[in-house]
Amino acid sequence: MEKIWNLDKFADKVALKDDKGQSVTYRCLIEVTDKIAEKIEKRCLVFLLCRNEIGSVIGYTAFIQHKIVPLLLNSNLEEKLLQNLLDTYYPKYLWIPEDMQESFQGMDVVYSAYGYSLLRTGYGKDYPLYDELGLLLTTSGSTGSPKFVRQSYENIFDNASSIVKYLKLDETEKPITTLPMNYTYGLSIINSHLLVGATILVTEKTLMQKEFWNFFKDEGATSFGGVPYTYEMLDKLRFYRMNLPSLRTMTQAGGKILPELHEKFAKYAAENGKKFVVMYGQCEATARMGYLPPEKAVEKKGSMGIVIPGGQFRLIDTQGNIITEPYTTGELVYEGKNVTLGYAERGEDLILGDERNGVLETGDMAQFDDDGYYYIVGRKKRFLKIYGNRVNLDEIDRMIKGEFEIDEASAGVDDHMYIFVTDAGISETVRNFVIGKTKLNPAAFKVIEIEEIPKNDSGKTLYKELEKYYEK
Amino acid sequence: MTNIEKYNNAFVNSLEITEDRLAGLKYQDIEAWDSVGHMTLVAAIEDAFDIMLDTDDIIDFNSYEKGKEILSKEEYGVAF
Repeated sequence: MEKIWNLDKFADKVALKDDKGQSVTYRCLIEVTDKIAEKIEKRCLVFLLCRNEIGSVIGYTAFIQHKIVPLLLNSNLEEKLLQNLLDTYYPKYLWIPEDMQESFQGMDVVYSAYGYSLLRTGYGKDYPLYDELGLLLTTSGSTGSPKFVRQSYENIFDNASSIVKYLKLDETEKPITTLPMNYTYGLSIINSHLLVGATILVTEKTLMQKEFWNFFKDEGATSFGGVPYTYEMLDKLRFYRMNLPSLRTMTQAGGKILPELHEKFAKYAAENGKKFVVMYGQCEATARMGYLPPEKAVEKKGSMGIVIPGGQFRLIDTQGNIITEPYTTGELVYEGKNVTLGYAERGEDLILGDERNGVLETGDMAQFDDDGYYYIVGRKKRFLKIYGNRVNLDEIDRMIKGEFEIDEASAGVDDHMYIFVTDAGISETVRNFVIGKTKLNPAAFKVIEIEEIPKNDSGKTLYKELEKYYEK
Repeated sequence: MTNIEKYNNAFVNSLEITEDRLAGLKYQDIEAWDSVGHMTLVAAIEDAFDIMLDTDDIIDFNSYEKGKEILSKEEYGVAF
């Protein structure tokens, strides 16, 4: 396959700009990415410690363009967890922020540019890579789980092209970063915009900071993406009163947005000549599978929309039959070229080929209406999305039980996890343990003491009975 | 409760830190004061003083001290 991005085509245009006044043209991007690739003798695995900084995006672009396989991690990943991943995958190189170099003494710095450095790890061992393997991405936030999604070059190109089509992106776009680039949704914004020669505005600042909004206004940002919680924050900020003439499009993914907020933002968009686009996806499908066309945003409140160009949806009942009746719940199955190869959980998995053949059982339960618009109504597996991050409740239960040897149950709704314990004395310790493991803001976690964990005769926890304790 | 007690309580409860660490505390100094924590903090302060902060003040509120300065403005009228 050819290179994913045709950077030559936009040589004089600005590719990246940051909030410190630095900018990089597409021509310069080609030069620097070529230099990085020259330092690496052959196709191999590289760990990329991501930040929303120019150096980080440049490294990523270099690796993808030159068939070097990056494994993307957040740069604030705990040292112990990172070490664990290094020992699992033995990357040949690291691409890290310069200010982190001292954590990797004993590794040679072979190249530096734009605040990032290429380090040779010197590991005497490496694992063979499958020819089509393009990159590795986590499904969860920063828990340091060794499980990664294997995305191919075709996956990346196909999904980015589809996004360009349905969002009608062109070179006049200026998206501003609001999501980490090691997060599938954040990365999809970079992938799709480099395809059309747009200017990506990169910043580590959050939307709770004045510097973010100053950068937004000064550079005339045209779009941003957000998880449901982002829109709660914007609502709190009374976003509707902000004067943002350059803004064209707001996208939403990473979980189901509250219907009230969906309505508020859809109306704001309609009244102000902007687009609000609710989308649906998973890391296992590279990023996107569905989108709600902006002109339907008000009318189809609560829907995640229709399938993206090039893909196909179907609903399957418990017997495996295709559902044809509207308003009938079934598991959502997606078919398309962006369905990823599979997972890697250890170094030996990097040689694995395509295990899914273009078909993904999403694990999401859905319905469609009379017009064929899809609505997510539940999940097959027990997990929550917390601030856009997938958190598996069975995994949480296993971890707590393993650590404390107590009876407990975790449950909840998106952005709010409840952990039920029977021993009041241990509440605080359990809570801190879970916060430490998930590395998510403590506001999402609550421990509730109850007499007894409700169970059926065969000892299975009755999670439904715990719902009465949820805060409204 | 005095205003400073209310103000400190909002920090202690929403960011889960002890009072002795408040002086000089800045946004993103601790993990809990990220954008999620900021929203929780702002909500707690608005509740405690029964006020609504302006957008500009919410995004300008980047330290323990800056917050006091903002609340002391005429439109909120919180005296410390």
